[in-house]
Amino acid sequence: MIQFDRVTKRYPNGREALREVSLRVEPGEFVFLTGRSGAGKSSILKLIALLERPTRGTVVVNGQDTGSLPARAVPAYRRRLGVVFQDHQLLMDRPVYDNVALPLMVADSPLRDIDKRVRAALDQVGLLEQERALPSELSVGEQQRVGIARAVVGKPAVLIADEPTGNLDHALALDVMRLFRRFQEVGVTVVVATHDQSLVDGFGQRSIHVDGGKVTA
Amino acid sequence: MSSPVTWVTRHLHSMFAALGRLLRRPLSTLLTTLVIAVALSLPAGLWLVVKNARAATGDLATAVQVTAYMKVGTPIARADQLARQLRERPEVASVRVIPAEQALKEFREYSGFGSALDALTDNPLPHALVVQPRVEQHDGGTIEALRAFLIAAPDVDIVQADAEWARRLAALLDVLRTLFLAAAGLLAVGVLAVIGNTIRLEIGARREEIEVTKLVGGSDAFVRRPFLYAGLFQGLFGGLLALGLVALVIGAVEAPIARLTALYGGRFRLGGLSLEEAGMVLLVGALLGLVGAWIGAARHLSRIEPRP
Repeated sequence: MIQFDRVTKRYPNGREALREVSLRVEPGEFVFLTGRSGAGKSSILKLIALLERPTRGTVVVNGQDTGSLPARAVPAYRRRLGVVFQDHQLLMDRPVYDNVALPLMVADSPLRDIDKRVRAALDQVGLLEQERALPSELSVGEQQRVGIARAVVGKPAVLIADEPTGNLDHALALDVMRLFRRFQEVGVTVVVATHDQSLVDGFGQRSIHVDGGKVTA
Repeated sequence: MSSPVTWVTRHLHSMFAALGRLLRRPLSTLLTTLVIAVALSLPAGLWLVVKNARAATGDLATAVQVTAYMKVGTPIARADQLARQLRERPEVASVRVIPAEQALKEFREYSGFGSALDALTDNPLPHALVVQPRVEQHDGGTIEALRAFLIAAPDVDIVQADAEWARRLAALLDVLRTLFLAAAGLLAVGVLAVIGNTIRLEIGARREEIEVTKLVGGSDAFVRRPFLYAGLFQGLFGGLLALGLVALVIGAVEAPIARLTALYGGRFRLGGLSLEEAGMVLLVGALLGLVGAWIGAARHLSRIEPRP
């Protein structure tokens, strides 16, 4: 479960990205965050991923008040999340396999488990054959699927994605969304930020609209 | 908490990854290693100078001694009695009594005046006491006190305590030893700075990887680990190269020093680093590498957070 209670986020440059935002996402729910660029969608995801902390208000993720989390506990918190970005943030000098294995490596998982789970994640996104390829040898859509495999390999309770289809054509974007829905079907809470209203309309999931740093619908 | 096997596997992985990175950049690794090697070889060389100077000048503990010559004609029993009194003094390590007959015999043997001495009807030499102070009592005050005690003895004629040269040499060696410590300290700071800076550059070059690793939950310890191994290896390689440099210098100066000592009628062989000393150079190199990497990594890694 994700809960924002009257959350305000002001950046050091004085810009107020979120103002008194309250929202709630139930466990296992699939929610779109919609709104134009700069509306505050990404700030909501950053607060969930603890890339930022709220200026005011509380953010609770999986029962954990992120505002009270000490810095040393942040890595363990992030391991329980899956994060997908528009620009993938892959390690371009490492093969696909190593990229997907990274969350398990940092969690000190046993090697046998790592191998099993990396292959399972790559199988889920249809890239098992490409495990030795470098990301630069893959198409943009495939790179995004590597990012998704990396996000889900640790079996997170919450998967967040910031404009995951921004660089993809419509057909590939639909493929990625279907992938996210498959994860939701097995109990993962999925929050996807997008400005592509047609994608949202085509999927019939709940959407939270953000405008000017406020939730408007 | 990970199992010991997983823990060891992770460390081996970080270790080989760090080693691989160093070997993939041979020129940069070699240059850093060379700087560390020079920094380590200088104090190691200075240490060798001190060590060899000690060996060349003999054992100072035996060089500082006080000799008391009894009045001619004093019975040997009085000399023995004085020796017993001296042995009871805490600052005295040993006392050797040289009877007049033995002194004359040795003089006859080594002086080359054998036939001339045969003309003497009486032994002109006195009994002598050679007093060896304890090593920790080699200061001027103790020697003076011993001299005063001996001069005050009624049967003692002359006291010779010519330890000044030994004290001067000891002071010179002390200066060298202090120089060695100062050089070692300064160069250690230099090694820390070199390795810290190398790690800083490496962290800068791998910023994106660090950001991604932290994004997926990598702890500071996990991110820091390969950098620590890189520092450790560079320090170790620097230590190995330093041993090579020291060996090269010894090889180069060994023959000229042998020729020089031969000109003075001596035989002196320049000593290198012992196994323990070589191990110490490697250990110090590795530790400096590790600490330098830790300082560099701790300072710069904490500033890198995942890019939103």
